Amino acid sequence: MSKLIVSPNPHIHSKDSTQSLMRDVVIALIPAVICSVLFYGWKELLVLGVSVASCVLLEYAITRYMLKRASTVGDLSAVVTGILLALNLPYTTPWWVVFIGAVVAIGVAKLTFGGIGQNIWNPALVGRVFLLVSFPTYMTTWAKPQGLFGIDAISGATPLGAVQEGLLQGSSIQEIMAEGGYDYGQMLLANLGGSAGEVCALALLAGFIYLCVRRVIKPWITLSIFATVALVSLIFWGVNPARFTDPAFNLLTGGLILGACFMATDYVTSPMSVWGGVIFGVGIGFLTMMIRYFGSYPEGVSFAILIMNSFVPLINMAFKQKKYGRK
Amino acid sequence: MARTFSIGGVHPHDSKISRECRIEPLPIPPTVYLGVAQHIGAPAKPLVAVGDKVKVGQPIAEPGGFVSAFVHSSVSGTVKSIGPRKDLAGKDQLTIEIAVEGDDWLEGIDTSDTLVTEIPADSKAILDKIRLGGVVGLGGATFPTHVKLSPPPGSKCECLIINGCECEPYLTSDFRTLLEKGEQVVVGAAILQQVLGHVRCVFGIEVNKPEAIAHIREVIAKLGYKDMEVLPLRKRYPQGGEKQLIDAVMHRQVGSGALPISVGAVVQNVATALAVYDAVQKNKPVIDNSVTVTGECFPKQANLLVRVGTPLSFIIDHLGGMPADAAKVISGGPMMGRAIANLDAATLKGTSALLFLTEKQTRRAPESACIRCGKCADACPMGLEPFLLNRLAKAGGRLEDLEANAVQDCIECGCCLYSCPARIPLLDNIRLAKGEVLGAIRARAAAAKAAAEAAKK
Repeated sequence: MSKLIVSPNPHIHSKDSTQSLMRDVVIALIPAVICSVLFYGWKELLVLGVSVASCVLLEYAITRYMLKRASTVGDLSAVVTGILLALNLPYTTPWWVVFIGAVVAIGVAKLTFGGIGQNIWNPALVGRVFLLVSFPTYMTTWAKPQGLFGIDAISGATPLGAVQEGLLQGSSIQEIMAEGGYDYGQMLLANLGGSAGEVCALALLAGFIYLCVRRVIKPWITLSIFATVALVSLIFWGVNPARFTDPAFNLLTGGLILGACFMATDYVTSPMSVWGGVIFGVGIGFLTMMIRYFGSYPEGVSFAILIMNSFVPLINMAFKQKKYGRK
Repeated sequence: MARTFSIGGVHPHDSKISRECRIEPLPIPPTVYLGVAQHIGAPAKPLVAVGDKVKVGQPIAEPGGFVSAFVHSSVSGTVKSIGPRKDLAGKDQLTIEIAVEGDDWLEGIDTSDTLVTEIPADSKAILDKIRLGGVVGLGGATFPTHVKLSPPPGSKCECLIINGCECEPYLTSDFRTLLEKGEQVVVGAAILQQVLGHVRCVFGIEVNKPEAIAHIREVIAKLGYKDMEVLPLRKRYPQGGEKQLIDAVMHRQVGSGALPISVGAVVQNVATALAVYDAVQKNKPVIDNSVTVTGECFPKQANLLVRVGTPLSFIIDHLGGMPADAAKVISGGPMMGRAIANLDAATLKGTSALLFLTEKQTRRAPESACIRCGKCADACPMGLEPFLLNRLAKAGGRLEDLEANAVQDCIECGCCLYSCPARIPLLDNIRLAKGEVLGAIRARAAAAKAAAEAAKK
């Protein structure tokens, strides 16, 4: 008879692993990736390829040769960061800018803090914000997709950029909207210029629903961001529609859906408890709207998430689950 | 949607592959080994000497303290030896070895199948019979039942909960008992109800056992018992945990370190209710119990009525021998059961299952970094933060922080480790820390007591 294993309970384990959870996130991002490639063509494929390859290679090289420990490439978290970074950039970003973004995301934001599970800020967002500050030209010349394989892309401002520009020139919101010709129905399916990942709101929402159904994430963070953005913009727009944009516009633009579904829900950089998540989401929604309405940057999702990331340890301490039989 | 407890819990696969297997009596082994520590509390003291002839149901060891219980011979034969022998956990325990000769029962034990529904009026006499029958909690904790039924002065029972959850995967012995001995279990519950002062009685049964829910409802209606009902509960582990079941049934939570009676609850397992019936109505002490023998790799699924003290190897051989690919043998369920190395060990009163798992089924992947997903905290039915307790435990010397974060409330159900995607040995580390903190709490209580006594002098 073979030897019997003796170890403490439990003797069975759930099928979840870090790798399987990350694989689910990758699967959830596939609709958005397909849409972005359909709309922007091979240039977007290049951005995605460079981003994912750089993130994975950097993770491997840094863990193995600089930190001298087992590589964590297998957990697929670097692949997720790579895809998210690419979807947060315009498809026109040069490959070397993408690479710098990957160095900041993986090398600085993730591995400097000790690798997966240790970082305070979402790596892909740190990469994106670094590029936004360092290479504003590449990052703000968003391009309108023209046709399925957008060869003849026209440079233009994002809807939020156009709003800020218009307000500075003294136009009212109604005039800016009329000039831009924004059609919310179209924005849901195929958005105008912006980050590659924002092309199709429905594709992002499909991925979000998949993650919720698979119980990879809980919906509360995302829903509280949406609700807060809708509520705050409803109040401001209701008071002064000539100065402030309406709720639907704010929900559909500026990478809000991408950020709320995939960046704010990152395990490592979000609170653990349900109520902590709600507070976190309300904070992101509120900060986003304040930056959009009153800040110098036209869009605020990235900054709002990074700012709220910083508060996660405090939120985790303040919002604990109720313990059984204790007050 | 059926009711359930309010915090945490997990939902492992059901795997009740032995649910159709009727409870069959296992032949009596040639030798039984009866340990004197079949229960929580002080070990019993042997009443027999080597060479004595004993009958089935004869007491062979008496309680060694207030929280202790009788042990009865499960067979007839001759006492061959009394000495240390390795038990299921691999620890040496004083064990009475009896060589079997025939099947001669002690006089006064009613071995017929007739259902006796008349309940003795004197609660004291009932309690005495339960004590003399060596009845202990057969749900796993093996706490002496008569002690649990004697609430401390000042506390009052409001609700008797009969635990028919069987929330662990694979286990089906309680389910079969409810189906096959439903009448006896219900009468047993009625006896307990009377002892506790005619309180309300609720059978908590999970919805994956619809036949049992229907059958027990039928039996209660047939016997005409009032104040007794079946409450179907949602399928969720660890619903069979005492604290979780009280929460699910009564919406009350037992305070940290307090007893269920403090919220007016007494919980008894289905098998215990049957043992109470046997002891009170039939004069039959606990000499056998039903054991689920199961596992995908095991050749034959079974529910067996096993005499207490039967060596595991005898059960395994009876069913066709040890499967080649079995890597782990577990006494109990896969979530809270104990892995066994020594198959010569004998069953105890509280042995409810023998589970065989392959290496693949029980494999724990290598540990990786915590990704702060919070799944352990979501799963913890006590509302603790296993990731935090684990970190504090590993840091060492953080007993105060561990106590402040309620490590002592851990019920060791295994939900945290079960759900951790990074396979961090959360429970392993937390269990060690809990032991240290409980030690510190006890030491503090002892010191406070000593100081109080010194002040008195």
